[in-house]
Amino acid sequence: MDARIKIRNTKSVLFKALIIFLAFIITLPLIIILLYIIKMGVVQVNWGFLVHAPTPEGVAGGGIANALVGSLLMVGMSAIVAIPVGLLAGVYLSENPGTRLAYYSGLCVDILQGVPSIVVGIVIYFWIVKPFGFSAISGSIALAIMMLPIVVRSTEQTLLLLPASLKEAALSLGVPYHRVIMKVIVPCGFAGILSGIILSIARIIGETAPLLFTALGNVYISTKVTGPMDSLPHLIYFYAKSPYQDQIDQAWGASFILLMFVLILNITTKLITRKWNIQL
Amino acid sequence: MLFFAFSFLLSAFRANIFITMSVKNKRLDLSYSQMKWETIFKRILIVMSVVMLLLVIGTLATLIVKSMPTIKSLGIGYLWGKIWDPVNNVYGARPFLIGTLLTSFTAIIISTPFSYAVAIYLGEYNTKGWLSNLLKNTVELIAAVPSIIYGFWAFFVLVPVVRTFEAKIGVAPYGVGVFSASLVLAVMVIPYAASLGTSLIRMVPSPLKEGAYALGATRFEVIRSVILPFTRSGLFAGILLSLGRALGETMAVTILIGNTSAIGNTFKDVFFGPGNTMASVIANEFSEADHDLYYSALIELGLVLFFVTVIINLIGKKIITKYTNK
Amino acid sequence: MKVVKSLQIAIVAIAASCLALSASAQDNTLLGAGSTFVNPLFSKIFADYAAKTNVKVNYQSIGSGGGILQLTNKTVDFGGSDAPLNAEQAKKIGVPVLHVPMASGAVVITYNIPGVTAALNLTGKDIADIYLGKITKWNSPEIAATNKGVKLPDLGIVVVHRSDGSGTSYIFTDYLTKVNADWASKVGKATAVNWPAGLGGKGNDGVSGLVKQTPGAIGYVELIYALQNKMGFANIQNKSGKYITPSLESTTTASNVELPPNAEVSLTNTDAPKGYPISSFTWALIYKEQNYGDRSAARAKMLLQLLWYNIHDGQKNCVPLNYAPLSKSAVKVAEAILKSATYNGKAIL
Repeated sequence: MDARIKIRNTKSVLFKALIIFLAFIITLPLIIILLYIIKMGVVQVNWGFLVHAPTPEGVAGGGIANALVGSLLMVGMSAIVAIPVGLLAGVYLSENPGTRLAYYSGLCVDILQGVPSIVVGIVIYFWIVKPFGFSAISGSIALAIMMLPIVVRSTEQTLLLLPASLKEAALSLGVPYHRVIMKVIVPCGFAGILSGIILSIARIIGETAPLLFTALGNVYISTKVTGPMDSLPHLIYFYAKSPYQDQIDQAWGASFILLMFVLILNITTKLITRKWNIQL
Repeated sequence: MLFFAFSFLLSAFRANIFITMSVKNKRLDLSYSQMKWETIFKRILIVMSVVMLLLVIGTLATLIVKSMPTIKSLGIGYLWGKIWDPVNNVYGARPFLIGTLLTSFTAIIISTPFSYAVAIYLGEYNTKGWLSNLLKNTVELIAAVPSIIYGFWAFFVLVPVVRTFEAKIGVAPYGVGVFSASLVLAVMVIPYAASLGTSLIRMVPSPLKEGAYALGATRFEVIRSVILPFTRSGLFAGILLSLGRALGETMAVTILIGNTSAIGNTFKDVFFGPGNTMASVIANEFSEADHDLYYSALIELGLVLFFVTVIINLIGKKIITKYTNK
Repeated sequence: MKVVKSLQIAIVAIAASCLALSASAQDNTLLGAGSTFVNPLFSKIFADYAAKTNVKVNYQSIGSGGGILQLTNKTVDFGGSDAPLNAEQAKKIGVPVLHVPMASGAVVITYNIPGVTAALNLTGKDIADIYLGKITKWNSPEIAATNKGVKLPDLGIVVVHRSDGSGTSYIFTDYLTKVNADWASKVGKATAVNWPAGLGGKGNDGVSGLVKQTPGAIGYVELIYALQNKMGFANIQNKSGKYITPSLESTTTASNVELPPNAEVSLTNTDAPKGYPISSFTWALIYKEQNYGDRSAARAKMLLQLLWYNIHDGQKNCVPLNYAPLSKSAVKVAEAILKSATYNGKAIL
């Protein structure tokens, strides 16, 4: 009896050790990657790097300003498009959970979340680039389509968690429906919705595939949204396969900046969710 | 007065009946304009939801219409064709199907033990506390890092390591190839199964576990015989989500996979050699597909990718909702 | 909430200023796409041009195949290609397209063999056999025969080719078709072929990047990529039997031919005794009739003035980058081609 129990206990302890080992070894690749990129990238970043456009191939110097400006502009435009649409769709889904439209719409949101980013790029190429040419706007729309599912779902889930008494109290005071939603419910769920928005921005700021054939790329700093524009991930992709060492170095610097953006956005989200104690 | 306002709110669509009665009454005028805004607002909400539908339907329609030429001329045999020769207009998707399936499944096989381990650790051994939070945040951070950064880093750091490994085991030391791509994919998809698994394992009802302990089971036995069977389909759904993610991953794979549209002869050749996935061949060749058949062949790949990822994701999500509503 | 309100105002302000900037930004950016072969030259010429005239040229090197396609789709002002339009592409476009020669360059065979710093001598036939997968090791008898005195390691050859549609591939396969009957029958020449072996890299830069990183690799890239990245490249045996080092001189010699009026000519496997056998012109492709879509006459003129600059003042950038500049007769042919471009039937220049 005793021996058998000892064996089972040993198995249990060994298993726990195995699990702990496997679970924590995951952190190794991430830490290695982060440290490596920080090490290689932080030395690249200086004022010139941030504000100059790239120099011709083979000529030293230059920076990534075209990609920085492009990324910020395109992500900003996507947010402007995706946030209202996603917010309102999420409101609809949470307010009318039983209807057929809500069911199919929710299904489509799930489908959109799973669509590979390259397919979104193809579709936008046909809808917008073919008729109108390469433009930052087309890139933004592709990114907005990728943002939508996250915004919709997080809005819907946040609003579903709010107590119904809130809405009922406002309605009973005679507040019109649209004001109830926009001035009472949404501000109440603000933190959750904001976290969803920040998460989706963090996701699309690193997306390359949809931009490959929509925003193309631009070697100049450009704010012309109806023309091609570069972006951080596109620059990294392009320079990564280059033989020129200075371009590779600039790609490390750009990766570092991109990584910092993404980390800051994610940490902000975590702080918001913790402070307001929401479940996302 | 309040009652009037309330009934107006409830009967928004019967506004016209009240219009005739309300012409002279200022209060009713105000309510009428409010009502109008309400209707508009509700309609806007509906429109926004319809936008989602339109996006999906539009995507599907575009993909199907644009791949019509290949569907018509090559039919279903396209998927089995071995040769991808844009010059001679011979298209076959088999190399890419093999590349996609091989990289994704290898990634899943490699990552599953780790994501399960994380899920079991966070769900059962250590559910609260600073260490558990740290691990949870780290795992979520893995998902947050953009894929291009994974690809870029791996190209310069992982590929030389793989190259020396390949030289040691005697295959052509390319470095890039299906193997490297699978390794990086494995790391990238861990968070999806892990976070889902964590929530599911935490949801196992305590009485079940306590009953097992009361009967004298060790921790390991409780996990093996109670928790895992209980969450089995949920964990499977987590794997499906990871698979969906792996199938659609483009950038990291494009950088690492070596971009060859031919299949090797032996498994070793195929696995350690260069290849292509559906996503990577689209990324590489879409901007220069000059003849119609080439174009539609690539788009048909996109269509197949669309279907496969959507179906896998939907099945996964369905299992999860069944789980959380149990 | 004050925060939200101020955020809204900020967003509207930024959006308005962006739109205003976009609208007012004179439409003085030309868009070109295509060949990576000519990208180092183009990026230098365009940088100089922007400094001189305030006209910016956004050239995206996505490969000649991409350039031709985007020109067909009318999404770019000009395409850069090292391969002339083939019959099917010309038919798809439907209207006449002008090939304006810009310069000539050399496709070199670059390699990364640890321990070998000398320039190897290779014959065209051997190169084709390597790319066919027939010769698989660096110390094989065929390579050793032409390189007596060089210690070749027992290292597998890692073949690197282009993964995208490439004018450089066209030049290379055009040459291989001429020197190896096996290649001609099995693979042929095109911007993208069914490569029998090897890894794919995207763009000239992708191929040179891969070769630089992979011991034992061999690849074909434009001369300047190999030079700027200090990679070794081979001397190739030309038609006269001599092993020619790719350089400015040998490329210029090979390109010193009489250009036909439409400027479409192949320089590979040149007859010139001292010419480098894998040389080629590279062209800028534009529509002959510039009034398509909603192009303005001003934009067409801007484009033609840019290309005029390229074949005259821009040529001074060729030599430092080891591209062979256009010969005097070639410039005359190019001028005639540019002058034949019309807007609504009337010549622009």
